[in-house]
Amino acid sequence: MFDIDKWQEILATIKKNKMRTFLTGFSVAWGIFMLMILLGAGNGLSNGVSQNFMRDAVNAMWLWSGRTSIPYQGMKENRQIRFTNADYELLKDLEGIEYTSGRYYIGGNLFSYGSEYGEYTAVTCHPDLKEVESIEMVDGRFVNQVDIDQTRKSVVLGKDIYDALFKDKNAIGEYVRVNNIPFKVVGVCREGGGTRHRNAYIPVTTGQKVFNGSNRLHNFALTINAETLEESQAIEAKVRETLARKHKFDATDESAMGSYNKLEDVIQTMKIFQAIDIFIWIIGIGTLIAGVVGVSNIMLIVVKERTKEIGIRKAIGASPASVIGLILLEAVMITTIAGYIGLVLGTGLMEGINFIVEKQFEASAATNGGNGETLFRNPTVDLGVAMSATLLLVIAGAIAGYIPAKRAARIKPIVALRDE
Amino acid sequence: MGSSGSGKSTLLNILGILDNYDEGSYYLNGSLVKDMSEKQAARLRNELVGFVFQSFNLISFKNAMENVALPLYYQGVNRKKRNKIALEYLDKVGLLDWATHLPNEMSGGQKQRVAIARSLISQPKIIFADEPTGALDTSTSYEVMDILREINADGITVILVTHEHDIAAMTQKIVRLKDGRIDEIIKNGDLKHFQHQYAKELETA
Repeated sequence: MFDIDKWQEILATIKKNKMRTFLTGFSVAWGIFMLMILLGAGNGLSNGVSQNFMRDAVNAMWLWSGRTSIPYQGMKENRQIRFTNADYELLKDLEGIEYTSGRYYIGGNLFSYGSEYGEYTAVTCHPDLKEVESIEMVDGRFVNQVDIDQTRKSVVLGKDIYDALFKDKNAIGEYVRVNNIPFKVVGVCREGGGTRHRNAYIPVTTGQKVFNGSNRLHNFALTINAETLEESQAIEAKVRETLARKHKFDATDESAMGSYNKLEDVIQTMKIFQAIDIFIWIIGIGTLIAGVVGVSNIMLIVVKERTKEIGIRKAIGASPASVIGLILLEAVMITTIAGYIGLVLGTGLMEGINFIVEKQFEASAATNGGNGETLFRNPTVDLGVAMSATLLLVIAGAIAGYIPAKRAARIKPIVALRDE
Repeated sequence: MGSSGSGKSTLLNILGILDNYDEGSYYLNGSLVKDMSEKQAARLRNELVGFVFQSFNLISFKNAMENVALPLYYQGVNRKKRNKIALEYLDKVGLLDWATHLPNEMSGGQKQRVAIARSLISQPKIIFADEPTGALDTSTSYEVMDILREINADGITVILVTHEHDIAAMTQKIVRLKDGRIDEIIKNGDLKHFQHQYAKELETA
């Protein structure tokens, strides 16, 4: 096998039969190349979309109150449901819930600092909101429990608000006016994965106190400890039941309390991507099969074409094993090298596309304060997959070469010699 | 020699272990050649016999030197050494200058001489030549025959198939085949008689 002379013999044969070598090599390289592109594109799309999902925690859930639409326990429909701080305490300790934050809506949110002012949204929240909505701190800190307990007038500004009000000046410790009430800036933040950062966050207790909300809450944002769709739906059902019992409405009444379970959406979408993945694999395997057939076909022709040569070699003393070895090693060598070339070209192309995509991402990120928009990210293929695909083609080429080579080696030299 | 279909080539192929036979027995170098494995046959062919064919049967993508050296490749002789020996044999058949030419760049006579050099390189006991002059004109045929006679003079048996009387007349023993059987054997001393008969045949033709 590692006889240098044999390799020289094979190399000489390859050198003298460039067309045949090229055709064999091309079908292998093309198969691998196409597979790399297909899988890469699938991965890229999948990566891009899941990145967009990451704006909020994937296991986030939102609840909001409304008016009942179903009569319940003798009470008429169209009854307003109101959440309070007590509901927050209830939800917080509910099993299966990780982070909880309540929100009280405050209207007319005019922000001003010195001569700069603008209309933004002030979100009242608990510290946990940072986790639920994947908020990233640029500077300072987020709302903390002390803010909540002492109803401190602290505010965390979104990056866009900071840019508009402060330009590049230091904001931490400064006071901005929200609806003409001064709040102390404790942090600057960005919304994870988002492109707009126009929300400001103030402690929910402060919001209730300053803007006459007493203990009222309008909605809840929470994350749940669920891996599967079933788990997540079970927790959602439990949350609905708990609140329904407390507020006396039918747990199935969607208008009394609305809820949105992100994980459901994520899982649904991921299912679509799994389907796309399977589809891509089917096409990929189809391409591979085409490659295998191509290689097999060429090997059959090669052996046919070389029948006379085999006869000559046998007449002057070549053993069947050496004839098979010669053809087989040539086939394996060509397919391996060609497969590698296809691998390198495919990877190269995908890396190139990745480079351009990242450039675009950075460009869009630059205009959007750090977060780019793209549907296509990191379109690369697992090297193990690519390697096994190449190996498959090499083995296929070897088998495709072996069968006719064995037959050719077995026929009597005189018959082979007569072949024209 | 013999007419078409008389079994000349078949006999030669059996003698050269290129083909199998159904009846009888054939001893080569003291051992019975029958139902041999391809591997054994290949080894015997490599060591004991050399072939010269009517259609030369050179490998088209190898140059003259590589073609001549090929039998040594199957004996496991390394490349440098076998190429050197190949050049020596090419020199013997007068084709040293053509060593790097491909078969399709050579004339029929040159190709046949390359084939002869190839059959000689493994230093065989017997050379089988199946109509070696069949594809050549008269003068090149005689050149090739001269080389084969020299080989024979060096002590290597040369068995050649032909249907040309002038070629047959250059040999030392003629075996005539007819319908797969040996019809007559003409030995050295009787060659004159054969030549006479050959002349007579020409007259009647």
